[in-house]
Amino acid sequence: MNTDNTAQTEGPNAYPRAATLELRHVRKVYPGASGPAIDDLSLTVPAGEICVLVGPSGCGKTTAMRLVNRMIELTDGEILLDGASVTARKPAELRREIGYVIQQIGLFPHQTIADNVATVPRLLGWGKQRVAGRVRELLELVQLPPELAERYPAQLSGGQRQRVGVARALAADPPLLLMDEPFGAIDPIARHRLQDELLQLQARVRKTIVFVTHDIDEAIKLGDRIAILREGGVLAQYAPPDELLASPADEFVASFVGRDRALKRLALSRVGELSLLPADGGPHGDTIAPDTSLRDALSLLISDGDRPLAVSDGNGGVAGLVSLELIRGALRGGSAR
Amino acid sequence: MTPLAAAGPVIPDFGRGSSCVRGNGTFCWDWVDSHWSDTLRPALVQHVVLTLVAIAVGFAIAFALALLAHRRGWITTPVVLVTGLLYTIPSLALFQLLVPFTGLSRTTAEIALVSYTLLILFRNTLAGLAGVPEDVRDAARGMGLTRRQLLWRVELPLAMPAIVAGLRIATVTVISLATVAVFVVNEGLGAPIYAGLQQTFKTELIAAGALCVVLALAADGLLVLAQRVLTPWTRVARSR
Repeated sequence: MNTDNTAQTEGPNAYPRAATLELRHVRKVYPGASGPAIDDLSLTVPAGEICVLVGPSGCGKTTAMRLVNRMIELTDGEILLDGASVTARKPAELRREIGYVIQQIGLFPHQTIADNVATVPRLLGWGKQRVAGRVRELLELVQLPPELAERYPAQLSGGQRQRVGVARALAADPPLLLMDEPFGAIDPIARHRLQDELLQLQARVRKTIVFVTHDIDEAIKLGDRIAILREGGVLAQYAPPDELLASPADEFVASFVGRDRALKRLALSRVGELSLLPADGGPHGDTIAPDTSLRDALSLLISDGDRPLAVSDGNGGVAGLVSLELIRGALRGGSAR
Repeated sequence: MTPLAAAGPVIPDFGRGSSCVRGNGTFCWDWVDSHWSDTLRPALVQHVVLTLVAIAVGFAIAFALALLAHRRGWITTPVVLVTGLLYTIPSLALFQLLVPFTGLSRTTAEIALVSYTLLILFRNTLAGLAGVPEDVRDAARGMGLTRRQLLWRVELPLAMPAIVAGLRIATVTVISLATVAVFVVNEGLGAPIYAGLQQTFKTELIAAGALCVVLALAADGLLVLAQRVLTPWTRVARSR
Protein backbone atom coordinates (compact mmCIF):
# COMPACT_ATOMS: atom_id res chain seq x y z
CA MET A 1 0.00 0.00 0.00
CA ASN A 2 2.99 2.24 0.38
CA THR A 3 4.29 1.96 -3.12
CA ASP A 4 3.44 5.56 -3.92
CA ASN A 5 5.49 8.28 -2.37
CA THR A 6 3.04 10.15 -0.24
CA ALA A 7 5.42 12.74 1.12
CA GLN A 8 3.82 15.56 -0.78
CA THR A 9 0.21 14.96 -0.01
CA GLU A 10 0.38 13.79 3.56
CA GLY A 11 2.80 16.27 5.03
CA PRO A 12 5.44 15.80 7.69
CA ASN A 13 3.15 14.04 10.11
CA ALA A 14 2.55 11.11 7.87
CA TYR A 15 5.54 8.94 7.13
CA PRO A 16 4.20 5.49 6.64
CA ARG A 17 7.34 4.04 5.22
CA ALA A 18 9.95 2.24 7.23
CA ALA A 19 11.71 -0.94 6.23
CA THR A 20 13.00 -3.94 8.09
CA LEU A 21 16.72 -4.37 7.63
CA GLU A 22 18.26 -7.78 7.92
CA LEU A 23 21.93 -8.70 7.73
CA ARG A 24 22.61 -12.42 7.28
CA HIS A 25 26.10 -13.81 7.82
CA VAL A 26 27.61 -10.72 6.24
CA ARG A 27 31.33 -10.86 5.58
CA LYS A 28 33.63 -8.29 4.07
CA VAL A 29 37.27 -8.91 3.25
CA TYR A 30 39.18 -6.07 1.63
CA PRO A 31 41.56 -7.24 -1.08
CA GLY A 32 45.02 -7.62 0.36
CA ALA A 33 43.85 -7.39 3.97
CA SER A 34 45.06 -10.04 6.39
CA GLY A 35 41.70 -10.57 8.05
CA PRO A 36 38.06 -9.71 7.40
CA ALA A 37 36.74 -6.23 8.15
CA ILE A 38 33.34 -7.73 8.92
CA ASP A 39 33.01 -11.34 9.96
CA ASP A 40 29.74 -13.27 9.98
CA LEU A 41 27.59 -10.32 11.03
CA SER A 42 23.93 -11.14 11.45
CA LEU A 43 21.37 -8.78 12.89
CA THR A 44 17.85 -7.59 12.25
CA VAL A 45 16.64 -4.04 12.69
CA PRO A 46 12.84 -3.97 13.02
CA ALA A 47 11.05 -1.31 10.96
CA GLY A 48 10.95 2.08 12.65
CA GLU A 49 13.74 1.42 15.14
CA ILE A 50 17.12 3.05 15.64
CA CYS A 51 19.97 0.56 15.60
CA VAL A 52 23.28 2.01 16.76
CA LEU A 53 26.49 0.38 15.58
CA VAL A 54 29.17 1.12 18.12
CA GLY A 55 32.67 -0.05 18.85
CA PRO A 56 36.31 0.97 18.99
CA SER A 57 37.93 2.39 15.85
CA GLY A 58 38.75 -0.30 13.36
CA CYS A 59 35.84 -2.49 14.43
CA GLY A 60 34.20 -2.15 11.03
CA LYS A 61 31.09 -0.27 12.12
CA THR A 62 31.26 2.22 9.24
CA THR A 63 32.06 -0.59 6.82
CA ALA A 64 29.00 -2.48 8.04
CA MET A 65 26.81 0.58 7.43
CA ARG A 66 28.25 1.25 3.99
CA LEU A 67 27.59 -2.34 2.94
CA VAL A 68 23.88 -1.64 3.28
CA ASN A 69 23.72 0.99 0.51
CA ARG A 70 26.49 -0.72 -1.43
CA MET A 71 28.99 2.07 -1.06
CA ILE A 72 31.10 -0.98 -0.24
CA GLU A 73 30.31 -4.34 -1.83
CA LEU A 74 30.02 -7.29 0.50
CA THR A 75 32.16 -10.38 0.09
CA ASP A 76 29.70 -12.90 1.42
CA GLY A 77 26.28 -13.13 3.04
CA GLU A 78 23.11 -11.24 2.38
CA ILE A 79 21.56 -7.89 3.21
CA LEU A 80 17.80 -7.70 2.93
CA LEU A 81 15.69 -4.57 2.87
CA ASP A 82 12.09 -5.55 3.52
CA GLY A 83 13.02 -9.03 2.42
CA ALA A 84 14.62 -8.00 -0.88
CA SER A 85 18.35 -8.40 -1.36
CA VAL A 86 20.20 -5.12 -1.88
CA THR A 87 22.63 -6.77 -4.27
CA ALA A 88 19.77 -7.38 -6.70
CA ARG A 89 19.40 -3.64 -7.21
CA LYS A 90 21.38 -1.13 -9.23
CA PRO A 91 23.51 0.72 -6.65
CA ALA A 92 22.43 4.22 -7.71
CA GLU A 93 18.72 3.31 -7.62
CA LEU A 94 19.08 1.55 -4.28
CA ARG A 95 20.84 4.55 -2.75
CA ARG A 96 18.06 6.91 -3.76
CA GLU A 97 15.79 4.93 -1.47
CA ILE A 98 18.16 5.03 1.48
CA GLY A 99 18.84 8.29 3.30
CA TYR A 100 22.55 8.94 3.83
CA VAL A 101 24.11 11.28 6.36
CA ILE A 102 27.85 11.44 6.97
CA GLN A 103 29.94 13.19 9.58
CA GLN A 104 31.33 15.84 7.24
CA ILE A 105 27.78 16.21 5.88
CA GLY A 106 29.05 16.70 2.32
CA LEU A 107 26.62 19.42 1.32
CA PHE A 108 27.20 20.63 -2.24
CA PRO A 109 28.98 23.98 -1.80
CA HIS A 110 27.84 25.23 -5.21
CA GLN A 111 24.14 24.71 -4.55
CA THR A 112 21.74 26.56 -2.33
CA ILE A 113 20.22 24.85 0.69
CA ALA A 114 16.99 24.33 -1.26
CA ASP A 115 18.85 22.72 -4.16
CA ASN A 116 20.84 20.54 -1.79
CA VAL A 117 17.69 19.27 -0.12
CA ALA A 118 16.08 18.72 -3.54
CA THR A 119 18.89 16.44 -4.76
CA VAL A 120 17.21 13.05 -4.49
CA PRO A 121 13.66 14.18 -5.44
CA ARG A 122 15.15 15.66 -8.63
CA LEU A 123 17.05 12.45 -9.34
CA LEU A 124 13.72 10.68 -9.01
CA GLY A 125 12.19 13.08 -11.50
CA TRP A 126 9.68 14.84 -9.25
CA GLY A 127 7.95 17.90 -10.71
CA LYS A 128 9.04 21.42 -9.79
CA GLN A 129 6.02 22.21 -7.62
CA ARG A 130 6.30 18.99 -5.69
CA VAL A 131 10.02 19.49 -5.08
CA ALA A 132 9.51 23.08 -3.88
CA GLY A 133 6.72 22.02 -1.53
CA ARG A 134 8.78 19.17 -0.15
CA VAL A 135 11.80 21.43 0.47
CA ARG A 136 9.66 23.86 2.48
CA GLU A 137 8.19 20.98 4.45
CA LEU A 138 11.59 19.50 5.27
CA LEU A 139 13.18 22.76 6.39
CA GLU A 140 10.28 23.13 8.77
CA LEU A 141 10.66 19.53 9.92
CA VAL A 142 14.31 20.07 10.88
CA GLN A 143 13.45 23.47 12.37
CA LEU A 144 15.35 25.66 9.95
CA PRO A 145 13.94 29.10 9.04
CA PRO A 146 12.62 29.17 5.45
CA GLU A 147 14.85 32.12 4.51
CA LEU A 148 17.87 29.82 4.68
CA ALA A 149 16.61 28.07 1.53
CA GLU A 150 18.39 30.46 -0.81
CA ARG A 151 21.65 30.57 1.13
CA TYR A 152 24.75 28.55 0.35
CA PRO A 153 26.19 25.96 2.78
CA ALA A 154 29.18 28.21 3.55
CA GLN A 155 26.79 30.74 5.06
CA LEU A 156 25.42 28.32 7.67
CA SER A 157 26.71 27.24 11.07
CA GLY A 158 27.83 23.67 11.69
CA GLY A 159 24.61 22.77 13.46
CA GLN A 160 22.48 24.26 10.70
CA ARG A 161 24.47 22.38 8.08
CA GLN A 162 23.93 19.15 9.97
CA ARG A 163 20.18 19.78 9.99
CA VAL A 164 20.28 20.41 6.25
CA GLY A 165 22.13 17.11 5.89
CA VAL A 166 19.31 15.32 7.71
CA ALA A 167 16.65 17.14 5.68
CA ARG A 168 18.43 16.18 2.47
CA ALA A 169 18.59 12.55 3.56
CA LEU A 170 14.86 12.52 4.34
CA ALA A 171 13.86 14.35 1.15
CA ALA A 172 12.44 11.45 -0.80
CA ASP A 173 10.92 9.86 2.30
CA PRO A 174 13.26 6.84 2.37
CA PRO A 175 12.27 3.82 4.47
CA LEU A 176 15.82 3.53 5.82
CA LEU A 177 18.30 6.14 7.00
CA LEU A 178 22.04 5.57 7.38
CA MET A 179 23.88 7.98 9.65
CA ASP A 180 27.65 7.78 10.02
CA GLU A 181 28.78 9.70 13.11
CA PRO A 182 26.58 12.61 12.06
CA PHE A 183 27.26 14.62 15.19
CA GLY A 184 30.92 13.68 15.56
CA ALA A 185 32.31 17.03 14.46
CA ILE A 186 29.93 19.19 16.48
CA ASP A 187 30.61 20.77 19.87
CA PRO A 188 29.14 18.90 22.88
CA ILE A 189 26.32 21.35 23.62
CA ALA A 190 25.05 21.50 20.05
CA ARG A 191 25.58 17.75 19.83
CA HIS A 192 23.20 17.08 22.73
CA ARG A 193 20.64 19.37 21.19
CA LEU A 194 20.92 17.63 17.82
CA GLN A 195 20.57 14.25 19.53
CA ASP A 196 17.39 15.42 21.23
CA GLU A 197 16.12 16.80 17.94
CA LEU A 198 16.85 13.53 16.20
CA LEU A 199 14.79 11.68 18.80
CA GLN A 200 11.93 14.16 18.40
CA LEU A 201 12.18 13.85 14.64
CA GLN A 202 12.20 10.08 14.85
CA ALA A 203 9.06 10.20 16.98
CA ARG A 204 7.38 11.89 14.00
CA VAL A 205 8.90 10.09 11.03
CA ARG A 206 9.47 6.61 12.49
CA LYS A 207 12.19 5.57 10.09
CA THR A 208 14.44 2.59 10.36
CA ILE A 209 17.78 4.16 11.23
CA VAL A 210 21.25 2.68 11.30
CA PHE A 211 23.41 5.05 13.32
CA VAL A 212 27.18 4.66 13.62
CA THR A 213 29.09 6.19 16.51
CA HIS A 214 32.13 5.48 18.69
CA ASP A 215 30.47 7.18 21.65
CA ILE A 216 28.72 4.69 23.93
CA ASP A 217 26.74 7.45 25.65
CA GLU A 218 25.35 8.59 22.32
CA ALA A 219 24.51 4.97 21.50
CA ILE A 220 22.67 4.50 24.80
CA LYS A 221 20.79 7.75 24.36
CA LEU A 222 19.67 7.17 20.79
CA GLY A 223 19.51 3.44 20.24
CA ASP A 224 16.46 1.22 20.46
CA ARG A 225 19.03 -1.48 19.95
CA ILE A 226 22.78 -1.33 20.14
CA ALA A 227 25.18 -3.54 18.24
CA ILE A 228 28.64 -3.55 19.80
CA LEU A 229 31.33 -4.64 17.39
CA ARG A 230 34.81 -5.69 18.33
CA GLU A 231 37.94 -5.53 16.19
CA GLY A 232 37.70 -7.67 13.08
CA GLY A 233 34.04 -6.83 12.64
CA VAL A 234 32.71 -9.44 15.03
CA LEU A 235 29.40 -8.74 16.75
CA ALA A 236 30.03 -8.78 20.50
CA GLN A 237 26.46 -8.12 21.60
CA TYR A 238 23.22 -6.91 20.05
CA ALA A 239 20.63 -5.82 22.58
CA PRO A 240 18.50 -2.92 23.78
CA PRO A 241 20.51 -0.43 25.90
CA ASP A 242 19.08 -1.58 29.21
CA GLU A 243 19.90 -5.21 28.59
CA LEU A 244 23.37 -4.28 27.39
CA LEU A 245 24.06 -2.35 30.59
CA ALA A 246 22.40 -4.88 32.88
CA SER A 247 24.04 -7.98 31.47
CA PRO A 248 27.02 -7.38 29.20
CA ALA A 249 27.80 -10.53 27.24
CA ASP A 250 31.50 -10.55 28.03
CA GLU A 251 34.47 -8.66 29.41
CA PHE A 252 34.90 -6.66 26.18
CA VAL A 253 31.33 -5.36 26.25
CA ALA A 254 31.54 -4.66 29.98
CA SER A 255 34.68 -2.59 29.57
CA PHE A 256 33.34 -0.85 26.47
CA VAL A 257 30.12 0.27 28.17
CA GLY A 258 32.22 1.39 31.14
CA ARG A 259 32.43 0.72 34.86
CA ASP A 260 29.68 3.23 35.45
CA ARG A 261 27.22 1.09 33.55
CA ALA A 262 24.96 0.89 36.59
CA LEU A 263 24.76 4.68 36.59
CA LYS A 264 24.22 4.77 32.83
CA ARG A 265 21.43 2.31 33.29
CA LEU A 266 19.84 4.45 35.99
CA ALA A 267 19.99 7.40 33.60
CA LEU A 268 17.64 5.51 31.27
CA SER A 269 14.75 5.41 33.79
CA ARG A 270 12.63 8.08 35.43
CA VAL A 271 11.51 8.04 39.02
CA GLY A 272 7.92 8.28 37.84
CA GLU A 273 8.28 4.78 36.38
CA LEU A 274 9.02 3.20 39.80
CA SER A 275 6.43 1.89 42.22
CA LEU A 276 7.09 4.54 44.83
CA LEU A 277 7.00 4.11 48.58
CA PRO A 278 3.84 5.51 50.14
CA ALA A 279 4.22 9.05 51.42
CA ASP A 280 3.52 8.42 55.12
CA GLY A 281 4.10 11.98 56.24
CA GLY A 282 7.51 11.05 57.65
CA PRO A 283 10.63 13.11 57.09
CA HIS A 284 11.83 13.42 53.52
CA GLY A 285 14.38 15.41 51.57
CA ASP A 286 13.96 17.45 48.38
CA THR A 287 10.91 17.15 46.18
CA ILE A 288 11.69 16.11 42.61
CA ALA A 289 9.68 15.93 39.41
CA PRO A 290 8.52 12.50 38.17
CA ASP A 291 10.64 12.83 35.01
CA THR A 292 13.86 13.08 37.06
CA SER A 293 16.21 10.26 36.03
CA LEU A 294 17.08 7.60 38.59
CA ARG A 295 20.69 8.65 38.18
CA ASP A 296 19.93 12.22 39.24
CA ALA A 297 17.73 10.96 42.05
CA LEU A 298 20.60 8.77 43.28
CA SER A 299 22.95 11.72 43.19
CA LEU A 300 20.53 13.74 45.34
CA LEU A 301 20.01 10.83 47.74
CA ILE A 302 23.68 10.21 48.43
CA SER A 303 24.39 13.90 48.90
CA ASP A 304 21.41 14.43 51.17
CA GLY A 305 21.94 11.87 53.94
CA ASP A 306 19.48 9.05 54.45
CA ARG A 307 16.19 10.82 53.92
CA PRO A 308 14.09 9.64 50.97
CA LEU A 309 13.11 12.08 48.23
CA ALA A 310 9.53 13.11 47.59
CA VAL A 311 8.24 12.77 44.06
CA SER A 312 5.70 15.39 43.11
CA ASP A 313 2.51 14.30 41.38
CA GLY A 314 2.49 17.37 39.16
CA ASN A 315 -0.45 18.96 41.02
CA GLY A 316 1.41 20.27 44.04
CA GLY A 317 0.98 17.02 45.94
CA VAL A 318 3.36 14.15 46.63
CA ALA A 319 2.97 10.96 44.61
CA GLY A 320 5.30 8.98 46.81
CA LEU A 321 8.82 8.64 48.07
CA VAL A 322 11.97 7.26 46.52
CA SER A 323 14.74 5.80 48.64
CA LEU A 324 18.23 4.40 48.07
CA GLU A 325 16.83 0.91 48.56
CA LEU A 326 14.21 1.46 45.89
CA ILE A 327 16.83 2.51 43.34
CA ARG A 328 19.05 -0.41 44.22
CA GLY A 329 16.03 -2.64 43.77
CA ALA A 330 15.43 -1.19 40.34
CA LEU A 331 18.98 -2.14 39.32
CA ARG A 332 18.58 -5.65 40.67
CA GLY A 333 15.35 -6.19 38.77
CA GLY A 334 15.45 -7.53 35.25
CA SER A 335 14.87 -4.09 33.87
CA ALA A 336 15.40 -0.69 35.37
CA ARG A 337 12.72 0.66 33.14
CA MET B 1 73.95 70.38 -61.63
CA THR B 2 70.33 69.91 -61.27
CA PRO B 3 69.31 70.30 -57.67
CA LEU B 4 68.19 67.12 -56.07
CA ALA B 5 65.01 68.69 -54.95
CA ALA B 6 62.34 66.41 -56.30
CA ALA B 7 59.30 67.58 -58.10
CA GLY B 8 57.03 65.40 -56.01
CA PRO B 9 57.35 63.65 -52.65
CA VAL B 10 59.94 60.85 -52.49
CA ILE B 11 57.63 58.61 -50.47
CA PRO B 12 54.25 59.41 -51.94
CA ASP B 13 52.24 58.14 -48.96
CA PHE B 14 53.76 60.60 -46.58
CA GLY B 15 52.78 63.49 -48.74
CA ARG B 16 49.12 62.93 -48.05
CA GLY B 17 49.68 62.47 -44.32
CA SER B 18 49.32 64.97 -41.57
CA SER B 19 52.18 67.00 -40.27
CA CYS B 20 52.67 64.36 -37.56
CA VAL B 21 53.04 61.63 -40.16
CA ARG B 22 55.22 63.78 -42.42
CA GLY B 23 57.41 64.67 -39.49
CA ASN B 24 57.69 60.95 -38.55
CA GLY B 25 56.20 61.58 -35.12
CA THR B 26 56.40 58.84 -32.48
CA PHE B 27 52.67 58.27 -32.44
CA CYS B 28 50.12 59.79 -34.76
CA TRP B 29 46.43 59.44 -33.91
CA ASP B 30 45.36 60.53 -37.35
CA TRP B 31 47.31 57.62 -38.90
CA VAL B 32 45.45 55.24 -36.61
CA ASP B 33 42.24 56.96 -37.59
CA SER B 34 42.83 56.75 -41.34
CA HIS B 35 44.15 53.16 -41.24
CA TRP B 36 41.67 51.74 -38.72
CA SER B 37 39.34 50.24 -41.27
CA ASP B 38 41.89 49.04 -43.83
CA THR B 39 44.67 47.79 -41.55
CA LEU B 40 44.04 47.71 -37.81
CA ARG B 41 40.44 46.52 -37.60
CA PRO B 42 40.87 43.57 -39.97
CA ALA B 43 44.06 42.59 -38.13
CA LEU B 44 42.25 42.79 -34.80
CA VAL B 45 39.37 40.66 -36.06
CA GLN B 46 41.79 38.07 -37.46
CA HIS B 47 43.63 38.08 -34.16
CA VAL B 48 40.42 37.43 -32.22
CA VAL B 49 39.53 34.57 -34.58
CA LEU B 50 43.01 33.05 -34.29
CA THR B 51 42.72 33.21 -30.51
CA LEU B 52 39.17 31.88 -30.27
CA VAL B 53 39.89 28.92 -32.52
CA ALA B 54 43.07 28.07 -30.62
CA ILE B 55 41.35 28.28 -27.23
CA ALA B 56 38.28 26.35 -28.38
CA VAL B 57 40.27 23.52 -29.93
CA GLY B 58 42.82 23.50 -27.12
CA PHE B 59 40.11 23.42 -24.48
CA ALA B 60 38.22 20.62 -26.23
CA ILE B 61 41.35 18.46 -26.34
CA ALA B 62 42.57 19.33 -22.84
CA PHE B 63 39.10 18.89 -21.32
CA ALA B 64 38.64 15.46 -22.88
CA LEU B 65 42.09 14.40 -21.70
CA ALA B 66 41.41 15.73 -18.20
CA LEU B 67 38.13 13.80 -17.93
CA LEU B 68 39.95 10.68 -19.06
CA ALA B 69 42.78 11.25 -16.58
CA HIS B 70 40.26 11.94 -13.82
CA ARG B 71 38.91 8.42 -14.30
CA ARG B 72 42.17 6.69 -15.10
CA GLY B 73 44.97 8.29 -13.14
CA TRP B 74 47.79 6.66 -15.11
CA ILE B 75 46.97 8.88 -18.10
CA THR B 76 48.05 12.00 -16.22
CA THR B 77 51.83 11.49 -16.39
CA PRO B 78 52.12 10.86 -20.15
CA VAL B 79 49.78 13.77 -20.92
CA VAL B 80 51.74 16.15 -18.69
CA LEU B 81 55.01 14.97 -20.26
CA VAL B 82 53.84 15.47 -23.84
CA THR B 83 52.01 18.76 -23.30
CA GLY B 84 54.90 19.98 -21.15
CA LEU B 85 57.31 19.18 -23.98
CA LEU B 86 55.09 21.04 -26.46
CA TYR B 87 55.00 23.97 -24.08
CA THR B 88 58.79 24.24 -23.97
CA ILE B 89 59.36 24.29 -27.74
CA PRO B 90 60.08 27.89 -28.80
CA SER B 91 57.18 29.15 -30.88
CA LEU B 92 59.29 30.19 -33.87
CA ALA B 93 60.93 26.78 -33.94
CA LEU B 94 57.57 25.05 -33.70
CA PHE B 95 56.23 27.06 -36.64
CA GLN B 96 59.24 26.05 -38.73
CA LEU B 97 58.89 22.42 -37.69
CA LEU B 98 55.29 22.39 -38.85
CA VAL B 99 55.71 24.19 -42.19
CA PRO B 100 56.90 21.08 -44.08
CA PHE B 101 53.66 19.33 -43.08
CA THR B 102 51.00 21.98 -43.06
CA GLY B 103 52.65 24.73 -45.11
CA LEU B 104 52.52 28.47 -44.56
CA SER B 105 48.91 28.33 -43.51
CA ARG B 106 46.51 29.26 -40.82
CA THR B 107 46.46 25.58 -39.80
CA THR B 108 50.15 25.75 -38.96
CA ALA B 109 49.59 28.79 -36.79
CA GLU B 110 46.62 27.21 -35.02
CA ILE B 111 48.40 23.92 -34.34
CA ALA B 112 51.22 25.80 -32.69
CA LEU B 113 48.88 28.02 -30.66
CA VAL B 114 46.74 25.08 -29.55
CA SER B 115 49.79 23.17 -28.40
CA TYR B 116 50.65 26.00 -26.00
CA THR B 117 47.22 25.92 -24.35
CA LEU B 118 47.14 22.19 -23.62
CA LEU B 119 49.38 21.98 -20.58
CA ILE B 120 47.73 24.76 -18.60
CA LEU B 121 44.16 23.80 -19.54
CA PHE B 122 44.75 20.12 -18.81
CA ARG B 123 46.45 20.71 -15.48
CA ASN B 124 43.89 23.21 -14.25
CA THR B 125 40.88 21.14 -15.25
CA LEU B 126 42.32 18.05 -13.64
CA ALA B 127 43.33 19.94 -10.50
CA GLY B 128 39.83 21.41 -10.28
CA LEU B 129 38.27 17.96 -10.52
CA ALA B 130 40.72 16.51 -8.01
CA GLY B 131 40.03 19.39 -5.63
CA VAL B 132 36.41 18.38 -5.07
CA PRO B 133 36.20 17.46 -1.36
CA GLU B 134 35.98 13.72 -0.71
CA ASP B 135 32.98 14.13 1.59
CA VAL B 136 31.04 15.92 -1.15
CA ARG B 137 31.82 13.11 -3.55
CA ASP B 138 30.87 10.50 -0.96
CA ALA B 139 27.57 12.19 -0.14
CA ALA B 140 26.76 12.51 -3.85
CA ARG B 141 27.39 8.83 -4.50
CA GLY B 142 25.56 7.88 -1.32
CA MET B 143 22.47 9.75 -2.48
CA GLY B 144 22.42 7.84 -5.73
CA LEU B 145 24.10 10.07 -8.29
CA THR B 146 25.58 8.03 -11.11
CA ARG B 147 29.19 8.63 -12.10
CA ARG B 148 28.09 10.84 -14.97
CA GLN B 149 25.70 12.84 -12.76
CA LEU B 150 28.45 13.22 -10.19
CA LEU B 151 30.77 14.59 -12.86
CA TRP B 152 28.38 17.03 -14.52
CA ARG B 153 26.31 18.15 -11.54
CA VAL B 154 28.93 18.23 -8.81
CA GLU B 155 32.55 17.83 -9.87
CA LEU B 156 32.61 20.11 -12.93
CA PRO B 157 30.68 22.97 -11.32
CA LEU B 158 33.05 22.82 -8.35
CA ALA B 159 36.06 22.68 -10.70
CA MET B 160 34.82 25.77 -12.54
CA PRO B 161 37.04 28.33 -10.74
CA ALA B 162 40.16 26.30 -11.56
CA ILE B 163 39.03 25.75 -15.15
CA VAL B 164 38.35 29.46 -15.70
CA ALA B 165 41.69 30.33 -14.11
CA GLY B 166 43.34 28.08 -16.68
CA LEU B 167 41.34 29.65 -19.51
CA ARG B 168 42.45 33.11 -18.42
CA ILE B 169 46.13 32.23 -18.50
CA ALA B 170 45.79 30.31 -21.78
CA THR B 171 43.84 33.11 -23.46
CA VAL B 172 46.26 35.86 -22.50
CA THR B 173 49.18 33.65 -23.57
CA VAL B 174 47.61 32.90 -26.95
CA ILE B 175 46.73 36.55 -27.62
CA SER B 176 50.36 37.45 -27.08
CA LEU B 177 51.76 34.43 -28.96
CA ALA B 178 49.46 34.85 -31.92
CA THR B 179 51.46 37.92 -33.00
CA VAL B 180 54.34 35.58 -33.85
CA ALA B 181 52.02 33.65 -36.17
CA VAL B 182 52.80 36.35 -38.74
CA PHE B 183 55.89 34.32 -39.66
CA VAL B 184 53.66 31.64 -41.20
CA VAL B 185 50.48 33.47 -42.08
CA ASN B 186 49.99 37.17 -42.72
CA GLU B 187 47.11 37.53 -40.29
CA GLY B 188 46.39 39.05 -36.96
CA LEU B 189 47.95 41.94 -35.10
CA GLY B 190 51.33 40.40 -35.81
CA ALA B 191 51.05 41.74 -39.37
CA PRO B 192 50.99 45.48 -38.53
CA ILE B 193 53.55 44.91 -35.77
CA TYR B 194 55.86 43.19 -38.24
CA ALA B 195 55.26 45.94 -40.78
CA GLY B 196 56.03 48.52 -38.12
CA LEU B 197 59.30 46.79 -37.32
CA GLN B 198 60.42 47.19 -40.93
CA GLN B 199 60.05 50.98 -41.03
CA THR B 200 61.16 53.99 -39.05
CA PHE B 201 57.60 55.25 -38.71
CA LYS B 202 56.50 53.60 -35.46
CA THR B 203 52.82 54.45 -35.14
CA GLU B 204 51.69 51.21 -36.76
CA LEU B 205 53.84 49.12 -34.41
CA ILE B 206 52.71 51.00 -31.32
CA ALA B 207 49.03 50.99 -32.30
CA ALA B 208 48.99 47.24 -33.05
CA GLY B 209 50.95 46.44 -29.90
CA ALA B 210 48.56 48.52 -27.81
CA LEU B 211 45.57 46.80 -29.41
CA CYS B 212 47.09 43.46 -28.48
CA VAL B 213 47.39 44.52 -24.84
CA VAL B 214 43.86 45.93 -24.80
CA LEU B 215 42.54 42.72 -26.34
CA ALA B 216 44.28 40.61 -23.69
CA LEU B 217 42.92 42.77 -20.88
CA ALA B 218 39.41 42.71 -22.35
CA ALA B 219 39.44 38.92 -22.78
CA ASP B 220 40.70 38.46 -19.23
CA GLY B 221 38.02 40.80 -17.93
CA LEU B 222 35.31 38.93 -19.81
CA LEU B 223 36.47 35.62 -18.35
CA VAL B 224 36.49 37.06 -14.83
CA LEU B 225 32.96 38.29 -15.44
CA ALA B 226 31.90 34.89 -16.77
CA GLN B 227 33.29 33.21 -13.69
CA ARG B 228 31.40 35.57 -11.37
CA VAL B 229 28.17 34.71 -13.15
CA LEU B 230 28.89 30.97 -13.24
CA THR B 231 30.11 30.54 -9.67
CA PRO B 232 27.98 32.69 -7.39
CA TRP B 233 28.71 30.45 -4.41
CA THR B 234 32.38 31.46 -4.33
CA ARG B 235 31.48 35.00 -3.38
CA VAL B 236 29.16 34.41 -0.43
CA ALA B 237 30.34 35.56 2.94
CA ARG B 238 31.92 32.75 4.92
CA SER B 239 29.94 33.27 8.06
CA ARG B 240 31.69 30.62 10.12
